[in-house]
Amino acid sequence: MNELPQQLVNGLLLGSMYGLVAIGYTMVYGIVQLINFAHGEIFMIGGFGALSVYLLLPGGTTLWIALPLMLIGAIIVAVLVAVAAERFAYRPLRGGPRLAPLITAIGLSLALQQAVWAWYPEAKSSRTFPEIPGGPFHLGSVTIQTGDIFLVIAAPISMLILGYFVMRTRTGRGMQATAQDPDTAKLMGINTDRIIVVAFALGAAFAAIGAVAYGLKYGEVQFRMGFLLGLKAFTAAVLGGIGNIYGAMIGGLVLGVAETMASAYVNHVPGMEQLGGQSWANAWAFVLLILVLLFRPQGLLGERVADRA
Amino acid sequence: MTALLEVEDLRVAYGKIQAVKGISFTVEEGEVVTLIGTNGAGKTTTLRTLSGLLKPVSGQIRFEGKSLRKIPAHKIVSLGLAHSPEGRHIFPRMSIEDNLLLGAFLRSDKAGIDKDVQRAYDLFPILGERRKQAAGTLSGGEQQMLAMGRALMSQPKLLMLDEPSMGLSPIMMQKIMATIAELKSQGTTILLVEQNAQAALALADHGHVMEIGKVVLSGTGQDLLHDESVRKAYLGED
Repeated sequence: MNELPQQLVNGLLLGSMYGLVAIGYTMVYGIVQLINFAHGEIFMIGGFGALSVYLLLPGGTTLWIALPLMLIGAIIVAVLVAVAAERFAYRPLRGGPRLAPLITAIGLSLALQQAVWAWYPEAKSSRTFPEIPGGPFHLGSVTIQTGDIFLVIAAPISMLILGYFVMRTRTGRGMQATAQDPDTAKLMGINTDRIIVVAFALGAAFAAIGAVAYGLKYGEVQFRMGFLLGLKAFTAAVLGGIGNIYGAMIGGLVLGVAETMASAYVNHVPGMEQLGGQSWANAWAFVLLILVLLFRPQGLLGERVADRA
Repeated sequence: MTALLEVEDLRVAYGKIQAVKGISFTVEEGEVVTLIGTNGAGKTTTLRTLSGLLKPVSGQIRFEGKSLRKIPAHKIVSLGLAHSPEGRHIFPRMSIEDNLLLGAFLRSDKAGIDKDVQRAYDLFPILGERRKQAAGTLSGGEQQMLAMGRALMSQPKLLMLDEPSMGLSPIMMQKIMATIAELKSQGTTILLVEQNAQAALALADHGHVMEIGKVVLSGTGQDLLHDESVRKAYLGED
């Protein structure tokens, strides 16, 4: 039986989750040239936010009612933490040496992980996430697991909303202007400090959607889940061209498909029997990153428009 | 009656280095005032301070009698002060039309904005022909037109133009200067910073010659244009 379509769908699903988280990296980088290494933890905290809402709801609440509330809870918690991080950790360092906020981001990442580990009840091992009831869906030879249904719906809708926001709204155009030339944006009357907060908040909201998708897909959340997924999403952002919002989604999809394909098929290549399977998936993802950095450092959609002085 | 813009003993520094060392001048409503001088005289620093991008060390800036010192850059444009920066600084990856619309970022009168976009296209027909094109693909002169058009979109009471003729071909430069003359005849108040002293003084009601952070000579445009020392130093005569 030909399993290629199935692998392709698996890759796209995984990739759209990477893409949702990658948006936060790319948007913040595009505006303040900061790699927010704590973004993976914002994602993780979104996951715990969703879980908390579920635990607070009366037992027996159907997931169709619980899920929207969990999603809102995840977004609120993630946005609050991200906005607080911007206000108290990054903003005081703005205008200082570029290394300072980067180191702060790494420190913040560890601090957030440890805070959840230490203070969230029973978070020292993984905590079970609610499941979507019902069996998997079949489309021809392709099966979509119930846990992935949320992703199938949420990822494209999120992207459409984001595209509309950035291209069509006033704040969105203010974001584009700030990304391209912050001083001149101020001359237009754009409050760039506020735009930076909006970028952090939006990135966190999409990470929170990604975190709910993660919980439903893998059936659990844990305090370390932001580390590897954050790295992957960052890879996706670089792959697509960091600073480019569409690039983040495309980069996520390419990464997800490449990783899935590599773990499914590399071991069929003579001499590489040892290098296939799930255990090598991460290695292939980062091999892809290295290749892109070597041959197309600006990323897939990264553009070099002549910015004439 | 007080002047539209009053600058009094303004001092601006980058770290320990003073770039503007106590300058004073005024701009009356309806007039064109020019700051001329060589590179490093502090002209651009002065404009960037007026629009709030730089904070002065000391001195006063009053616009319609109101002090601008404590007002952040993004709020200054709403008071009626528009700044077309040195080097144009158009938003390269956005369309010409979006660039113009950003100039009207704080306005919400849709009809008035549309009218002013059309006015910019009337002033610079080439922009209208290419309205959907990315601004980064324009030539230097066209980018200058866009930067000026964008600054006008805020309906400023005072238009500040920093080196509008810089790096342009002689023909394009004439075109830009003619546009400034046209804006003047329509009653726009303009503070013009230029290295091309001849063209700037010919247009200006008043001029101030700056040298390493100080105003060394002031007068009407015509007086300065015929001043012996100005002719020697800035108009390339000996």
